[in-house]
Amino acid sequence: MKKVVIMGCGRVGAALAADMDADGHQVLVLDTDPAAFRFLPEGFRGTTVVGNGIDLDVLRRLGIEGMDVFVSATRGDNRNVMAAQIAKHIFGVPVVASRVFDPIREEMYRNMGLRTINPTRVQARRLKKIIEAPDDDAANVIAHEFLAQDGA
Amino acid sequence: MYMIIVGGGKVGLQLAKDLLADGMHEVLIIEQDAEKVTEIGQDLPDVVMLGDGCEATVLEKAGCARANMLIAVTGDDEDNLVSCQVAKQRFNVPRTVARINNPKNDEIFRKLEVDITVSATSAIMAHIEQELPTHHLIPLMKLKGSGLEVVGLRIPEDSRVVGQPVRSIMLPYQSIIALVVGEDGQAKVPTGDTILHAGDEVMAVTAHETEESLREALMAPPVARAF
Repeated sequence: MKKVVIMGCGRVGAALAADMDADGHQVLVLDTDPAAFRFLPEGFRGTTVVGNGIDLDVLRRLGIEGMDVFVSATRGDNRNVMAAQIAKHIFGVPVVASRVFDPIREEMYRNMGLRTINPTRVQARRLKKIIEAPDDDAANVIAHEFLAQDGA
Repeated sequence: MYMIIVGGGKVGLQLAKDLLADGMHEVLIIEQDAEKVTEIGQDLPDVVMLGDGCEATVLEKAGCARANMLIAVTGDDEDNLVSCQVAKQRFNVPRTVARINNPKNDEIFRKLEVDITVSATSAIMAHIEQELPTHHLIPLMKLKGSGLEVVGLRIPEDSRVVGQPVRSIMLPYQSIIALVVGEDGQAKVPTGDTILHAGDEVMAVTAHETEESLREALMAPPVARAF
């Protein structure tokens, strides 16, 4: 069982929180907007905290120092990488991961030692495949293949 | 020197004007709000560029690789941090300066290799504290890696240095008076002959450990002498 903090409770953050919760981890979700927690599924056993993940005091209060994993998945690349660097370099969280939309920034921070993913290129390529399909049915088949690849 | 300023708000614009007035610098402001870009363009033509100063492609177009300094002064600390990091990592800009809106971030920025941090809050505090009777040094800027900082202070009326030339002041080790602003608002780099007056604002560079000795040297009343 790992202690996991997820910053940003959008669709991605919430889905990740649900997965980690289902795997038996202790999950804490952080978002500046309390309305964002509506994306969490019913029966979610984790904790929700309203607050900003680039605020040192907020992070200290939620016990960042004892956490095993920190994930930043807000809409803001800069917020994500700043929070991740705070978690890693100030608080020494062992596993830190961020979503970064800008491919250049994603590569840069990956080279600087953060774990990062960039959804932009993959999604663009997938959209291209769908529009290049000969008809709607074929596009649908491809879309289902994508889902299967992602294990969804 | 070529200076890139990220953020064309009031701080960025004023900074650009001051740097241009020096007549020694080439300055470019990067601002992502098109309206602001137009506004700045009316005031300072050819000095402003539309774009996100955190994006490598924008910085490349701005000629970041030959910039001597990048100064990020937007209202968002995370943007200032990333802008400085991109400038350093991708373009090897020798000096990056970030405005810090939340003073708590000072520690983070310095750990993450931003060379210089400037806190607006500290500057405002400086103004407030100048109104207060207590005699403090106001930390204005920390110089990363050197253990030195720039501090501001006002010479009190009862200070031992009032009417004294700079050369007669016993400054602590690693301290120097960089600038004296008289009550007429005239700033000057002092020589040994410069006489200090009550009410003068002084900017000094000092090591953190010698701050208290510097305060004592410039602000304490004269030592009582037995005759």
